[in-house]
Amino acid sequence: MASNSSGDESGRHQTARHRLSVIAGHLQRPSDRNAALLAVDCKAQGSKPNVKTSDRDEGRTVPRRRQEIMKWNGWGYSDSRFLFNKKGQAEFTGKRYRLSGMIIPGLKDWMEGTFGANLQHKTQATPVLNTSAVQPPMLNEAFVEELKSTGIPFSHEAEDRVFRAHGHCLHEIFALRDGKIGRVPDMVVWPNCHNDVVKIVELACKHNVCLIPYGGGTSVSSALECPPEETRSIVSLDTSQMNRILWIDEKNLTAHVESGIVGQDLERLLNESGYCTGHEPDSMEFSSLGGWVATRASGMKKNIYGNIEDLVVHIKMVTPRGVIEKSCQGPRMSTGPDIHHFILGSEGTLGVVTEVTIKIRPIPEYQKYGSVVFPNFEQGVACLREVARQRCAPASIRLMDNEQFKFGHALKPQVSSIFTSFLDGLKKFYITKFKGFDPNRLCVATLLFEGAREKVLQHEKQVYDIAAKFGGLAAGEDNGQRGYMLTFVIAYLRDLGMDYYVIGESFETSVPWDRVLDICRNVKARIIRECKDKGVQFPPLSTCRVTQTYDAGACVYFYFAFNYRGLSDPVHVYEQVEHAAREEILANGGSLSHHHGVGKLRKEWMRETVSNVGVGMLKSVKDYVDPNNIFGNRNLL
Amino acid sequence: MASKAVYSHRDPMLKKRDDFEDILEERRNTSDLRYALRCYTPALYKGLTPCTASQLKTMVLQSDQLLYVINQVSKETGTATDEIQSEAEAILEEMAHRLQLSTIRFFAFTLSKIFKTLFRSICVNEEGIQRLQQTIQEQPVVLLPSHRSYMDFLLMSYILYTYDLALPVIAAGMDFMGMKIVGEMLRMSGAFFIRRSFGGDKLYWTVFSEYVKIMLKNGFAPVEFFLEGTRSRTAKSLTPKLGLLNIVMDPFLKGEVFDISLVPVSISYERILEEALYARELLGVPKPKESTSGLFKARKILSENYGSIHVYFGQPVSARSLAEGRVDRSQFNLTPRHIPRKPSEGIQDFVNDSAFRLVRSQEENMVLKPWVLLAALLLQNQAAGNKLGVLVEDLTEQAVWLRDLSRQFGAFLHWPDHIPPSRVVSSSLSLHRSLVRVSEGRVQLNLEPGFPPPAMTPEEELLSKAVVVLSCASYRNQVLHVFIRAALLASAIHSVAGSRKQEIFNAFSFLRNMFSNEFILRPGAEVQDFEEACYLLVKSAVLQVHQQEVLVTDRGHRTLAFLTSILDPFVQGYQMVCRFLCEEAAESLTEKQFVPGVRKFFIKHLLTGGLKYVEVLSSDLQKNALAALLRLGAVQKLRGGADEGTLKVNTVMVNSLEDTLGGKLPTQKPLAARL
Repeated sequence: MASNSSGDESGRHQTARHRLSVIAGHLQRPSDRNAALLAVDCKAQGSKPNVKTSDRDEGRTVPRRRQEIMKWNGWGYSDSRFLFNKKGQAEFTGKRYRLSGMIIPGLKDWMEGTFGANLQHKTQATPVLNTSAVQPPMLNEAFVEELKSTGIPFSHEAEDRVFRAHGHCLHEIFALRDGKIGRVPDMVVWPNCHNDVVKIVELACKHNVCLIPYGGGTSVSSALECPPEETRSIVSLDTSQMNRILWIDEKNLTAHVESGIVGQDLERLLNESGYCTGHEPDSMEFSSLGGWVATRASGMKKNIYGNIEDLVVHIKMVTPRGVIEKSCQGPRMSTGPDIHHFILGSEGTLGVVTEVTIKIRPIPEYQKYGSVVFPNFEQGVACLREVARQRCAPASIRLMDNEQFKFGHALKPQVSSIFTSFLDGLKKFYITKFKGFDPNRLCVATLLFEGAREKVLQHEKQVYDIAAKFGGLAAGEDNGQRGYMLTFVIAYLRDLGMDYYVIGESFETSVPWDRVLDICRNVKARIIRECKDKGVQFPPLSTCRVTQTYDAGACVYFYFAFNYRGLSDPVHVYEQVEHAAREEILANGGSLSHHHGVGKLRKEWMRETVSNVGVGMLKSVKDYVDPNNIFGNRNLL
Repeated sequence: MASKAVYSHRDPMLKKRDDFEDILEERRNTSDLRYALRCYTPALYKGLTPCTASQLKTMVLQSDQLLYVINQVSKETGTATDEIQSEAEAILEEMAHRLQLSTIRFFAFTLSKIFKTLFRSICVNEEGIQRLQQTIQEQPVVLLPSHRSYMDFLLMSYILYTYDLALPVIAAGMDFMGMKIVGEMLRMSGAFFIRRSFGGDKLYWTVFSEYVKIMLKNGFAPVEFFLEGTRSRTAKSLTPKLGLLNIVMDPFLKGEVFDISLVPVSISYERILEEALYARELLGVPKPKESTSGLFKARKILSENYGSIHVYFGQPVSARSLAEGRVDRSQFNLTPRHIPRKPSEGIQDFVNDSAFRLVRSQEENMVLKPWVLLAALLLQNQAAGNKLGVLVEDLTEQAVWLRDLSRQFGAFLHWPDHIPPSRVVSSSLSLHRSLVRVSEGRVQLNLEPGFPPPAMTPEEELLSKAVVVLSCASYRNQVLHVFIRAALLASAIHSVAGSRKQEIFNAFSFLRNMFSNEFILRPGAEVQDFEEACYLLVKSAVLQVHQQEVLVTDRGHRTLAFLTSILDPFVQGYQMVCRFLCEEAAESLTEKQFVPGVRKFFIKHLLTGGLKYVEVLSSDLQKNALAALLRLGAVQKLRGGADEGTLKVNTVMVNSLEDTLGGKLPTQKPLAARL
């Protein structure tokens, strides 16, 4: 594979670059982006606001009219999707990903075997948005008038509004595929800079308009849903055009960035200068810096770089009371409760994050993937626990259970050479026959090491030595790399499932080490039992993986999907099962959320999660900062 | 009608009952040896990690819980941890079972022989077995048989072996250990031994509970124990003991397993082997210490016919479904799970409530033989002072009436409908001929000594009568659970002058509260029980229940009279206990002196005719009465010092309880629950 990295200095660099291009995927490199690195003033400050926005867009992923490149009723880019071709083989379209244009021979059997799905039974999604199904906008005329005078671009076209009325919860996408449109924002505005936001918020306060900040739109907590009880005009504040890196400070290794920038652009632009943030949530292609701050995001390489709360040095947020920010960029302060922590995780209820100073690091010299096969999940968890105890976790370490291992296997693209498939066969033989691993119990951990070459190799040895103590066998770089690549295409797979009566979703939690195994077992079993009780005709897919390790615990991800043929209200069933699964998580000592946030989907559990007083504290902050509930998305509380 | 709805989904464990199959039939036709040696391959728990008995011990000794407690004890006592560790090893050694198949095979062979001579049939509901087989594969299983005889646990293992099911490990009292060889053999057939009391011994408790939990969690084997804690000498279900149930619930509550299946098993004997033994014990003849030689002496029982045994494997009850909406499992989130903590009040209530539900479902699935109804009728007849006995035809008529009534009440009655009732009655009487006498077409209890009377004091004569009465009562008791709620209501109606529903309910609650040590009455379920009783009596056309009033129908008096008199011995017994405490309890009556004292007092009154029910001589009733009075605070037990165990009687309160029981005083304040 391309990342075979035994070579010289330049080879190493190439590997690193290659990987980044895998992750951030695919985009043509923009020819000129120096301009972006200048500390440019807001263009909207000038008298001619709406001009020259096109050159800002250059090299940026997200246009104002998102629907031009992205699906309006599914995940990701319009040109990338899974489908079954005429021969009945699964294929991934487009050119953006490594999997693009490839045949995935095992997927059909896996889908049929796992879900009892059938290629004959297909459900078509509504192909185009029926704009007449969208309620006409309810505009606050005075607000619109004054907004016009500021020159900040806005729209009340149906397509724009619908696009910003949802995240990617199953029920949201399912409704869109069905052509069902609920309450949507009445208007979308695209501020170009901090000052634009200040103006918009002022006007919203003045005219009592409800504002819902919108970043990347990748929420899975119903955070973007418009509260149906909202009677005011709802304005979606799309930060996507605030996407510049305002400055880079190489002395302090920080960058000052506008909050609307999406992850892949941020990484790519920093890479140009030889830096990275190292913050790579699975949604990084589309999710935005401001969104990360507002939801307390976590990146897969947090072991080296930290989670978003460790990465931010300074935050600027516009609230109905004014702008909140700290007066300096000291690395740590003892000045009462950290006001950043009112902002981090506020989920758009207090204001709009506009600018963030974030830590940056030089691009790592060397990167290496790896994987380890364990005889069973218990051994795998024990190994991860030991790695955490010794505080030697690689940049990323993830442990998939057996079902997910099989799933990953089904997603192997067609191999071109007989030699590779022969090698695969040999490996399989070695592991199952020679080492005696039960193919129905074994599980695999994927690893990513980063840093100076010497250190990476040393580190790698240390981790593999620990793994060996728990019966782990090194299983090659390919498996590891494929595991991480799949992270980015897995969301596309749900759309394929929905074409064939399969619905599903993932959800996460964090849990102390001693409960990891128990929570995994119980939640998976609960899902299976609930599906059965709720009349699901086919056994569901109920699987999990441990995706992050901490000193005191781990982050666990559950994936759950089922074939809904024969159910009259599949989404309701789905929601009941997910609800039960969350109850089970809480009963087993898991948290309400590790990084997805609370939104409206999980807010019923906030009180028991943070106690009455805790809710009261949060409420009083909300009451002070936003007494008229201008930021009225009703998340969290 | 509202109460109907309450009744119908009153208890999820109640289901339609399965049919039975006789497992002895095959034993009578094929070789016992081949049966004992056949291939045995039970289905096992899906999550089982196979381990040997010695690995099991290691797991217990290395468990976090035990290590924690060892450290703690070491700190408290200053003893070195090694020493405590070896103490723990010794405890485990004394406790642990050594389940081996060869012993089971030996038992399979010998028990086949013995069972065939003793019993006509051993009937098992095969659907229950199938459910159990399913469940064993899905979840760790706890088997909860009723406990009426020493036979119970051998019988259970025998049945599971017969059906190729995983053999259980069984919690047994240490007293079995006294029987040297037998004790060891029981150990090898899966019994593990626990001390009867280990009050504050933390180390013992931890070893014990870890041992049970680890076996359960790993799916090593189904864990079997007796919720009632000991054999019921009266054939009434005993108030459940919670220790072991707490232990087996713990892994579920703490999320260490997804679920636990609790399987109530009802074992009903047509004739209990220990029949007369129990009666003597209740009358104060001390229980012989279990010894191997004693067991062999018991072999004369081999020559008798003990009828049939019915074993009903109830619907498995999921701990998860019991806890649903009742227990907040997140309460265990904030402390490490291996640190022992006293269960919270909520958990205690939950376990207690579950225990009652489980015992109740054991009761519901107990098979009742026609004799049980006859015993009830004969006892009432005898207490009514009928010296001549009752005409067989009359008895048959009454039995048929009672059969129909108990069926309406949902009793699990095995009355062969294809045989004329007169033959059913006569064959029941002949099986129990040691207890009844039929002469000149009249039946009565066999109270007169058969042989020319040796010189007996009146007291001795009374006691020998009492043996028969108590034996008989132990059969009548089997049907009590069917009637108890209705009987409480009947007595309440009887004691209240008017027909006001609230007053009747108050009286009902009073009685129910008074007798909740005597019968299985789930704590806090007054209203439910009241509605159930109303429902049953309305259904059988005895009552009309209106918004404010409860009216007795013309046809209802016979049923009410029957129900009232079924409870009457208990009412009178409790009254007399109260009287004893007021009249005779000296300053220094201790708990130990209580039973002998009451007995003397009762004998005196029985001989003078001041007391009509001989069965009040049962020490079980007397102890229950005391427990109730202690619970109600009418009597206090002093603790510590020289007065340890002394009973302090609140004469005023005891007096008023006695009067209320006798219907002389209206139920004073309405009890907590209101309709």
